[in-house]
This record gives sequence, C-alpha cells and structure tokens, in this order.
Amino acid sequence: METFFQQVLGGIATGGIYACMALAVVMIYQAIHHLNLAQGEMAMFSTFIAWQLLQWGFPYWAAFVLTLGISFAGGFLIERVVLKPLENAPVLSHLVIFIALYAIFNSLAGFIWDFTVKPFPSPFGTAALFGEGLIGAHQAGMILVTLIVLFLLFAFFRYTRVGLAMRAAAANPESARLVGIRVGTMAALGWGMAASIGAVAGIMIAPVVFLEPNMMLSILLYGFAGAVLGGLTSPGGAVFGGFAVGVIENLAGTYIPVVGAELKLPIALALIVVVLVIKPNGLFGRTVVQRV
Amino acid sequence: MKKDLRYLGTLGVAAGAAVFAFAAGAAETGVTDTTIKIGLVQPFSGPASAYSQIAKTDQAYIKMLNDTGGVCGRQIDLIAYDDGYSPPKTVEQTRKLVESDEVMFIFNGLGTPTNSAILKYMNAKKVPQLFVATGASKFGDPKGHPWTMGWQPNYVDEGKIYAAYIRENLPDGKIGVLYQNDDYGKDYLNGLKAGLGDKASMIVAEQPYETSDPTVDSQIINLKASGADIFVNVGTPKFAAQAIKKAAEIDWKPTQFLNSVSNSVGAVLKPAGLEASTGVISAAYLKDPQDPQWKDDAGLKKWHDFMDKYYPDGDKTSSFTIYGYGVSQTLEHVLRSTCDDLTRAGVMKAAANIKDLELDVSLPGINVNTGPDDFYPLQSMQLEKFNGERFELFGNVLDGASASN
Repeated sequence: METFFQQVLGGIATGGIYACMALAVVMIYQAIHHLNLAQGEMAMFSTFIAWQLLQWGFPYWAAFVLTLGISFAGGFLIERVVLKPLENAPVLSHLVIFIALYAIFNSLAGFIWDFTVKPFPSPFGTAALFGEGLIGAHQAGMILVTLIVLFLLFAFFRYTRVGLAMRAAAANPESARLVGIRVGTMAALGWGMAASIGAVAGIMIAPVVFLEPNMMLSILLYGFAGAVLGGLTSPGGAVFGGFAVGVIENLAGTYIPVVGAELKLPIALALIVVVLVIKPNGLFGRTVVQRV
Repeated sequence: MKKDLRYLGTLGVAAGAAVFAFAAGAAETGVTDTTIKIGLVQPFSGPASAYSQIAKTDQAYIKMLNDTGGVCGRQIDLIAYDDGYSPPKTVEQTRKLVESDEVMFIFNGLGTPTNSAILKYMNAKKVPQLFVATGASKFGDPKGHPWTMGWQPNYVDEGKIYAAYIRENLPDGKIGVLYQNDDYGKDYLNGLKAGLGDKASMIVAEQPYETSDPTVDSQIINLKASGADIFVNVGTPKFAAQAIKKAAEIDWKPTQFLNSVSNSVGAVLKPAGLEASTGVISAAYLKDPQDPQWKDDAGLKKWHDFMDKYYPDGDKTSSFTIYGYGVSQTLEHVLRSTCDDLTRAGVMKAAANIKDLELDVSLPGINVNTGPDDFYPLQSMQLEKFNGERFELFGNVLDGASASN
C-alpha cells in the first residue's frame, strides 16, 4: 500500500511538470488555435536565460521575474516578426515555422551553453517533505506554482478587459475587429504570455530533470497529451490532464505485470486515446461550434 | 599501371630498383612510401559534441608522432569527419573515408549506435574498424566481425566486476538495478547476472527506463519499495544524476554502484548533489589527473607535457583527454609492430597480438592484452569510491574476463 501512495504522489509530482507545460500549450491554443511545437524549446531557452542570469549573480527571484519579462518580449517579437506575415497562410506553413523555431532554439542553446547537464537551483529546497520522503519539497512547490499560474490565468481571462478581448479575438476574429479589438496585438500578447508561462514551467522543471537543450523533448509530448486529455480550451482541464497522465503512467509502470515497466508510456497514451474516442473535446473541453 | 610498367622496364638494369618497385606496386590502400592515411569519425557537433575532445586528443597525439619522425618512416595523415552522433551520417562519412579518401583504416569511431551502423560495411569491405570508443560487448567478436575491435573495458566485464565485489563483500544484500532499455543497459545487466552466477537471485528488482522518459523518479520509488539495499545505477549521465538525487530525496540509502559511463564528477555527481553522491562506488581503468597519488607519476608527466605542447586548449580535468592519449598510444604500438607488413590484414594481426602493453595513462596493473580470440584490449578495472570531492581507488585490480563463475 505504501508503494501505491508513493507512486500516486510521485505521479502527481511528475504530473506537475506536465501540467505546467500543458498550461503553456493551452495558452497558445487560446490565442492562435494551433499547437505550437516549439513551445518546449522556447521554455528551455528561457530557462537557460534564467540560468545565465543566476550565473551572473542575480538573486533568484530577480532572475525569475527578469526571465519572465524577457520571455514575454521574446514571444511577442516572434509573433510580430515571424508569424504576423503568415497570418493568412495555410496551417502547414505555420507548422513549418514551428519546426524551424524548434530546431533553431535547440541548436542555439547547445551552441551557446553546450549539451552537458547543468544543475538548476530550486527556491523550495531539495529536502523531503513529510519525513518519509513521499514527495520532495521542490515537487510540492512546483505543484503550488502551477496552481497559482492556473488561478492567475483564470482570473485574467474572466475578470480583465484584455483577457476578454483576447478570448474574443481568438473565438471570432472578424466580429472582434468590428467591435474595436486589435486582433493582431491580441495574438502577439498571447504568444508573449505563453512564452512567460513556458519560462515558469522550464524554471520549475529544470531542478528535477536538469537543464540541457533536450530537456523538454519528451516533456512537451506528455504536456500535449495532458492538454488534449483535459481539453485544449480549458486551462483547468489541461492541468488536470497533466496530473492524470503522470499518475496513470506511474501506476501502469508499477502494477501491470511483465510489460508495465517497459511500455508505461504507450499504455498511458492508449488510455488517453480511449478517453478521446468517447469525449473528442477532452474531459473538460467545450465543443467548438462553428457557423458556416 | 603505367607507373608499374616503367619500373618493370628498369628490372634488367638494377635489381634493387625492381625490389623497390615491387614494394610500391603492392602497397595497401592508404599507404605510400611517405604517408599512412587513417580516418576518424566522431561527433564534433550536436548533443554528444563534448566527446570530440577525444578526437582532438587523437589528432594532437598524431601531430606529436609526426613531429618526432612519424612511424615506420612515414607521416600519418589523420582525416577526421563529423557525424554529429547520428548513425546515418556516420555511414555517409565512413563511406567517404573508405571510398573517396581511401584511408587504410578507421580509428576510434565513437558511440554504440554509430559504430553499429557501419559494423557490417567495414567487415564486408575488410577495412579495419580499430579501437571503437564504446564499451558495447558486440565490438569484440573475432569470429563474426574480424575487422572490428574495441578498446576500453566492455560493459559486460564491468558488470561482472561489480558482481565479484558484491559476492565478496555484500553476500547478504538485495540488489535493485536501474538500466537503460537498450544494448548498453542490457550488457551491464547480463554481466551482473553472469558475475553473480548462482547468486543471481540477489537481484530483487530490475527497473528499465527509456531515453524518452522525462525522469526516473517512478523507477527509483519502485526500487526502494522492493527492499533493495544495493543499487546498481546503469544510466547515462542525466538519468544517473536524477537517480542519485531522487534516492536521496526519498531517503533511500543503499550501497550505490554507478556505471563508469557516468562516473564524471562534474557532469553527474555535482548536478546530483555532492552530499547525495558520497559513498558511490564506480570502476576505473585510467588514471585521474586530479588524484594526488599520481603527482609524480612518470606516465602522467608525459601526458602533461603532451597536453602542454600539443593540446594546450584541452581540458586537463576531463577524462576524455586521458582516454584519447591512451587509445592513440595503443595505435602507435600497433603501427610500430607491423612496419614490415603495412597492410589492413597486418594491422588487424598486430592489434590482435598485443602482450602486456603498459600505457602511460592506465592504472598500474591494467595493461593491454589481445589475442586472435580476444578482441577486448582492456578488461581489468579497479573499484573507486566517491569521497564527496573526488573518487578514491580501493582494493585490487579486478579482471572482468575471469570474474565470472
């Protein structure tokens, strides 16, 4: 029984990583209705910026805030410079841009900071929480941060004018433009915010998986899975999906005999496929109705 | 052909010239009267580019050889290409070396997947694939692949060495193994089991991980739950570090064995946490320049002089420059001992006929030994324990070849 609790808690801890990433994925999806394949690499790059600032002697929280700012500006700029000209291009063109951004950020990080793993400090310490070490202090902190980000996002979209405008711009660009919303700026803001959330995710994840250019490779996959499971239109659903993927994966690895340990990821993903067959928009997603 | 005929025309005039002509006409691909052409493929770019320090050390060593008169009266022309650790690129670059540059042989290619990709090609072409930089046991198979030879102690032998120590010193222990789910991880696991022999039931838990796993946290929790008090950590640097860190976090304190692939203090133990890493046992076969006991060591002094003169940019704290020096010294020995038979077959024969070659950089008692049926040049290692700052050697040199029972 103790193993069961450990694995569930361990799953929630790793799920926190996926949830962070899933939130950033949903954020971009809200703004542009695409999945951004370069999301993970952007987050990784932001984390390297934070690491560099720390190396230069900035205090942790100063580096944290500064990185969020730089990432926001970076995301905003990418949208303006690279994606704006392609506004009306087909989806495949966007896809190519995402892949290009992915390769550029990955190689650039490797070129600047090389490929050896680097430790990244945690603001929460590394000690075990509650004696028996069921869950690390950092993991608990990470889950808390994810929930805070989730709450802030919810409040932003629900209670601020900009948030409302952003939702309108994504849901119905034409009508939004007619009521005076600058749709292009909203998309860029969405990119900026997604880059910042990615930076938070990267900074929280790095102490667990260590900082290196390929750290986000598989995490983005799990993040996507979590986001799709929970529903791409629902930040809360994405967070839940992230946790669910982490827990299912751990339990499959531990309790399914023989193949469990080797096939835990395929088993987790197969479960997600089953859920999606039954509920195509994810557990908490809204059905998108389009008028034709 | 024309050239040969010209020489043949002088046959009647001077017998000496004819002998010379014969030698030139029968020369092996890549060998002339003044040069020996050798190829090398390593990752100078990409995620594994840190390893290219080995290639750079090889190049520096060859430069030193050439500056001091070369070998067999010839200068060595070492052509190095980059494969970015990508097997398809390794194939492309190797073909270029063999078919376009026409090298005599390929030396010290790096990586298990990369060398696997060219294994068949090299053996079909009968071009030596000499001293590959990987410990996978499949690169020491004289029957199946007579043109391929490894250099460093292979992973199976290292597994046996840990098993020998465990049998001897921790006979009542329960072993939990974390391993990468591929050839490399399974080599270690098989070696460990072979070494434990009738005691293989000491292994109470085996947890594989995939390189696509974000963390190995779940595996470590299961290993702890299995009640294991000996942890054999067969992970590449990132995963090995995660495992050590996680074990400390969940308060699991087994006797830890760390595979030598990941026994770098800077790249693994520091990220994992020096305190959490203290007491970790690993195995070594090369001297560590940081270890004060080699302060006045004659072999390492030669290495220091070499580094200062021929590779001043090189990292003296990295094991890669030591490795490159050792493998290049072995190459020098092979070439020097086959001067009168500078052919591809001659090189393989010389490489498979090394007796107790002492290297400047290998630990005392660990010498290069090969034979027609033994394509594993180095097979012994000495255990070492991390003291919170660096590894300290302890115990005797253990021979992986004879450690199984």
